[in-house]
Amino acid sequence: MSLGSLPPEPIPGADPSGIGVTTVAEPPDATAVAVATGMLPAGKPRSTFRRGLEVFLENKLAVTGLGIFVFMVLFCFVGPHLYHTNQTLVNFTNEELSPSGKYPLGTDANGFDILGRLMVAGQVSLEVGIAAALLATVVGVLWGAVAGYVGGVVDSFMMRIVDAMLSIPTLFLALVVVSMVTPSKPVLILVIALTSWLTTSRLVRGEALSLRTRDYVQAMKMMGGGGTRAVLRHIAPNAVGTIMVNATFQVADAIALIVTLSYLGLGIRPPQTDWGTMLSNGTQYLNDGYWWMIVPAGFCIVIVIAAAIFIGEGLRDAVEVRLQQR
Amino acid sequence: MIRRVLQAIAVLLLVTMFTFGLLRLVPGNPAIAIMGPQAYRNPAAIRQFDQVYGFNRPWYSQYWLWLDHLLHFNLGYSWSLNQSVASLLSNHLPKTVFLVGISIILALIIAVPIGILQAVRRNRFVDHFFNGFSTLFYATPAFLLSLVLIWIFADKFPIFPPEGPQGEGLAVLFTNFNALVLPIISLTLITIALFSRYMRSSVLDNLVQDYVRTAKAKGASERRVLFRHVLRNSLIPIATLLGLLLPAIFAGALITESVFNYPGMGYLFFQEALKQDYPVLLGITVVVALATVVGSLLADIAYVVLDPRVRYVSQ
Repeated sequence: MSLGSLPPEPIPGADPSGIGVTTVAEPPDATAVAVATGMLPAGKPRSTFRRGLEVFLENKLAVTGLGIFVFMVLFCFVGPHLYHTNQTLVNFTNEELSPSGKYPLGTDANGFDILGRLMVAGQVSLEVGIAAALLATVVGVLWGAVAGYVGGVVDSFMMRIVDAMLSIPTLFLALVVVSMVTPSKPVLILVIALTSWLTTSRLVRGEALSLRTRDYVQAMKMMGGGGTRAVLRHIAPNAVGTIMVNATFQVADAIALIVTLSYLGLGIRPPQTDWGTMLSNGTQYLNDGYWWMIVPAGFCIVIVIAAAIFIGEGLRDAVEVRLQQR
Repeated sequence: MIRRVLQAIAVLLLVTMFTFGLLRLVPGNPAIAIMGPQAYRNPAAIRQFDQVYGFNRPWYSQYWLWLDHLLHFNLGYSWSLNQSVASLLSNHLPKTVFLVGISIILALIIAVPIGILQAVRRNRFVDHFFNGFSTLFYATPAFLLSLVLIWIFADKFPIFPPEGPQGEGLAVLFTNFNALVLPIISLTLITIALFSRYMRSSVLDNLVQDYVRTAKAKGASERRVLFRHVLRNSLIPIATLLGLLLPAIFAGALITESVFNYPGMGYLFFQEALKQDYPVLLGITVVVALATVVGSLLADIAYVVLDPRVRYVSQ
């Protein structure tokens, strides 16, 4: 279930970013089309990185997303050092208090300060989400690059494995695996990564198929370079734009998945908590009108995921510019 | 085309191997799980159980046995519900198919016009407005969306019950239609969020095609071009997309059903995941995966039928 990681095959030439006339990121003719349609000045191109950065910074949503994401990371990891709360000892004398000067966002059923708890819980959600997305990206890139570079039977076989795993919904697979083991942070990272590297590998394989025919890869092979070198030094670095965009969307999806698993009671176990667990606990008080147990956690989840999506979309625009100029 | 079908068969085989592998990894002893912990006192009974159900055979032989059972719709026996997985599925699957089917249809009815509107008014207010909406729904995890719906429409303004229709069989769905409204709205919104932007980009894609200019040059009205030409062509990729999104929609159904206590397959899956009832979990996994593989194969075939320009050529 992901936005940016959907395999691009079904809609050739789609322009999800909406910045311009639709051109697929097929480098050779993309430049020509872009120039022809007046998107690019026909003069000497500036540094592609600079140009990409400019496009990213022009995108207000992307910059806002980046700001929100950085703020949330600081909130969760630096916040507890500035705003000290007791998150270990249960205190029933001040349970379920509504927001006040002492407890800006009230307290939960165990008497924990909700604002402080949001920070601690957010650490788990963000750590698991980001680490799982990075691991999934690494696995996906290697798998896709090897399949695309080697080609032939190996490629078909590797891609059929991806197809087979893709046909099982991520959530179902994750639930089966999580029910077999006691979920801790490393286990959850592993489970989420192992169920979400598939779309990355498809995208990277597509890139590798075109990259392996390039002159510089051919030249390197002539000089006696091996497959490992081709994949690690040439294919993966040249697909970096696609990989970065995809990794950002992976973060959004991974956070959504960990929060969902926790909400369903199969995520992180007490005494540790994350935003999904907080929501799950809070919903028991839905009928009592204790909104402060539900709204803050829900708000954090939505804005972090939305921020990641906006960053991803901004990056995609920037990368498209990069590809057009290549 | 034959190549595509062969690919689908290979994928199906891999799915069964994968599921079987998971089944083997599962901790615990099936004999104990079914006969109860008392069986430890009677090793002979365990040996007999293993003999009868083939658990003493080597793994490849067990795989064949399992595959053979699968082909005969024998998906094993639940460890906790004292029922065969097939009978559980026959009870729960139709409800999920109903929920998913209605939601997909509703989602298409809503998302297609919005996609066209967005593409025609690209980068105007309407476009940004709906883009914002779809991002918001995409960023909201499915369970949160369902919770918000319950909060607003069952708690603050008690219009609909917070729980799906209970009871056995499909008939209860129709006698208690009010209870169906919230689960359907929830899954429809989830589904719209999944493919609304693809609809928009598909229309955008077609708007710059030569045939649009040709049609306009021949004097066709804006409306006619849009609905006779662009709409039809834009719907083609959506067929494939639906095939690809099926797993995500099933995942959405699992969450919706769990939140609303809607007794479908996803709800069953979630309940049995809590009880570590692996035969049910893996039976459902196989069924969903097979549905996806067949669904995306059908979608690809539909693609070729709908769009004569596309042909599968052997490499």
